[in-house]
Amino acid sequence: MPEWRDPLAEIFPPLSDHEAAVEAHRCLYCFDAPCTHACPTHIDVPKFIKKIATGNLLGSARTILESNLVGATCARVCPVQELCEGACVLNADEKPIAIGRLQRYAMDSLQTDLFSPGEPTGMKIAVVGSGPASLSCAGELARMGHAPTIFERRALPGGLSTYGIITLREPKEVAINEAQMIARLGVQMVYGVEVEDFTELLESFDAVFLGVGLGSTPELQIPGEESIEDGLAFIERSKVEREQLHVGRKVVVIGAGNTAIDCATIAKRLGAASVKMVYRRSEQEMTAYAHEYEFIKKEGVEFEFLTQPVGVISDQGQLKGLLCSKMQLGEPDSSGRRTAIKAPGSSFIIEADQIIKAIGQKKLHSDVRTVNGFIEVNEEFETSIVGIFAGGDCIRSRGTASTVMAAQDGKLAAKAIDRRLRGQ
Amino acid sequence: MKPDLRIDFAGIRSPNPFWLASAPPTNSGRQIHRAFEEGWGGAVWKTIGPPVLNVSNRYGAWHYGDQRMVGLNNVELISDRPLDVNLREIAEVKRAWPDRALIVSAMVESTPDAWREIVHQIEDTGADGIELNYGCPHGMSERGMGSAVGQVPEYCEQITGWVKSVAHVPVIVKLTPNITNIVGPARAALAGGADAISLINTINSITGVDLDTFEISPSIGGMGGHGGYAGPAVKPIALNMLAAVASDELIRGAHLPVSGMGGVSTWRDAAEFILLGANSVQVCTTVMHYGYRIIEDLVDGLSNWMACKGIPSIEEFRGRSLGRLSAFQDLDLSFSAVARIDTATCIKCNLCYIACNDTAHQCIDLVGPSGDLVKPGFDVRSSGRIDAIDKRAQPVVREGDCVGCRLCFNVCPVRNCIKMVETPSREATTWSDLATQRPEVTQNWEAMKRYRDERGIRIH
Repeated sequence: MPEWRDPLAEIFPPLSDHEAAVEAHRCLYCFDAPCTHACPTHIDVPKFIKKIATGNLLGSARTILESNLVGATCARVCPVQELCEGACVLNADEKPIAIGRLQRYAMDSLQTDLFSPGEPTGMKIAVVGSGPASLSCAGELARMGHAPTIFERRALPGGLSTYGIITLREPKEVAINEAQMIARLGVQMVYGVEVEDFTELLESFDAVFLGVGLGSTPELQIPGEESIEDGLAFIERSKVEREQLHVGRKVVVIGAGNTAIDCATIAKRLGAASVKMVYRRSEQEMTAYAHEYEFIKKEGVEFEFLTQPVGVISDQGQLKGLLCSKMQLGEPDSSGRRTAIKAPGSSFIIEADQIIKAIGQKKLHSDVRTVNGFIEVNEEFETSIVGIFAGGDCIRSRGTASTVMAAQDGKLAAKAIDRRLRGQ
Repeated sequence: MKPDLRIDFAGIRSPNPFWLASAPPTNSGRQIHRAFEEGWGGAVWKTIGPPVLNVSNRYGAWHYGDQRMVGLNNVELISDRPLDVNLREIAEVKRAWPDRALIVSAMVESTPDAWREIVHQIEDTGADGIELNYGCPHGMSERGMGSAVGQVPEYCEQITGWVKSVAHVPVIVKLTPNITNIVGPARAALAGGADAISLINTINSITGVDLDTFEISPSIGGMGGHGGYAGPAVKPIALNMLAAVASDELIRGAHLPVSGMGGVSTWRDAAEFILLGANSVQVCTTVMHYGYRIIEDLVDGLSNWMACKGIPSIEEFRGRSLGRLSAFQDLDLSFSAVARIDTATCIKCNLCYIACNDTAHQCIDLVGPSGDLVKPGFDVRSSGRIDAIDKRAQPVVREGDCVGCRLCFNVCPVRNCIKMVETPSREATTWSDLATQRPEVTQNWEAMKRYRDERGIRIH
């Protein structure tokens, strides 16, 4: 009998030593390499790959972590096609180097702590949240000798890496191990504490960093919405409370971003007979990465484009379907994407016994100044309140938010905080 | 028309110029039968001679990057099978394969009697020729045989003379490369009456040291030593020695055939050996890597290449590149070429840039997308595929400063991207001309400076 394999298990197997050696030798070792430029944290990619080739795995892992303390997560979740691998010079004549998988190989090989805390400065920094931006910031601060304390409202560290990235791409253990490595640098971890008032933290800390991410999925404001599930909560159950995860037979996912695709993937892989993704605009306006869209089509998920949910159909408390209207494309909106306008008299029902929404995340209400729900920061990642810095998804008001950008924010913010605390 | 690959080597006929070199692939009759079935034109039987005992862990290899066995060294000795078994199998193989070249390599104690006896024994088998192993660099040399002979031209001549005085079949002398000038022993072989020469035997080498145990590789019970080095990595050394021997006036004047070997892996290598004067080509390491089957492409590739070039026979192109061989002092110092990078195919890996700027003549610039000269590096706030590609600078050769060293050409990973473009040259001059016509220029820096100014030669 074939061995049972978890349908949600990490999709790429680790590279074998042989595969890694072959791939590492294929790297040209470009000078001033475009992959390094393309990486938001500017990992010296040719350097860490050549170290794999020479059998210096410790040096390879150190090269990655020097630029990016959450390198193990990034190796798995980065949209490498849009970043390092997309910029690889070998795209011209052959296929790019599998940089992400080599990075994972180097990070997986790491069994020891490479860094130690810096000379103590006596400065205390409160870090709110324990996602990639916070971990990156706290880890860098600890390396500089400061004393960061992370306040995490949940029971486990890692933020979206632990709770929001599907296991196919990153098992929660990777994110947790990474957080623990950073904690061992001397970062104090406080779990189960939700910080309500950021300003208050300044009374007992020398500086504050906010890596709070964004909130839950916003309301669609349609009748019957209470029976629609939150996509992020759905993914979270699939990672940390698998036994609580319910998957229907006919599943509808509202939205067409990367989170929506993740929800559809889980539903399809855990036995839904049909999974339909409903999106009010067309294929061109989708926010999901092109490679994610290709992936989900191969998974057998269907799409209903130009379709707007208008209500939930239930019968005696039993979910029966999603009432929708057909849409047509209008003028481009402020983001440059064309808006969708309801086509009159086009209502129809999509049968469903489970409906999940993944249409973005709620924005923040905070004592620091926000613009459209995102925290406003200056070049130094400092918010409207002196001494409070921020980074990650909560400040990314434009463009695509990603783990690696959050990691870079955290790193740069740590440097800015350090400059401030040293009075430079 | 299909090119004719047949050769006549000092009277030994072979359907193609490819022979298995005297080595492990020619250790037994069964092996050589198989090799001939695959199409090998000839084989030089693994050296027969006095009793020996071999060791375990005989081969050490040098792997470079992803390529296994760029070089292979060995401490295996001559045949460790009894002499009578070898002689019987040689006779059987020759009877079964009359159209193939079967040559027997031999090495015995340095006395006329020992050599007379082995020559008679070999001739009794019906073999086509004898190759005198003057090259084996380990084990046998300590016993006064192999390279101990090849390194002393007088011994070389004397022993060749003993063999020639009793032999009826052609005698080939195989030379060792472990010597300062290979032409000396080649001429000694000629003086001793050799019918042909073969070269090169393996090169003294240590392939490596184990970083966990600190043992020398290959380790024989914890100990190791030098062994004979062969494989693709030695080809350039072999080509040079072949050219030196094949272009020597005495060897050429005597029309002494040369069997070339040392790192031949493909038909391309073989064609190069033939262009530098080889009458036949011997192959070993690549066969030890991939098996006898590689003969198919050796023959097929060489034949197709000859057909494309309109070359009807081996003899037709043999030695054709020897006319291109020159001593440094006779090279035209006024010839000039500069590197040019084809921007359409350049992938901007910038390996040419770093090689030129760190280690050559600092004449490749980086030109930004707007046409300005830029320095390496990028804005740390910029990232993503689009920025990395769109903002990437193009390496461009500053031709006025390029000395034409050709390092970038060799470094470039893209085929035909960097070309060496010939530039108008001054009146031809060689160092020999200068040394005779204006000797002061070759001896005095001030005179050299005047000469450069006069000719417009700028060094930067």
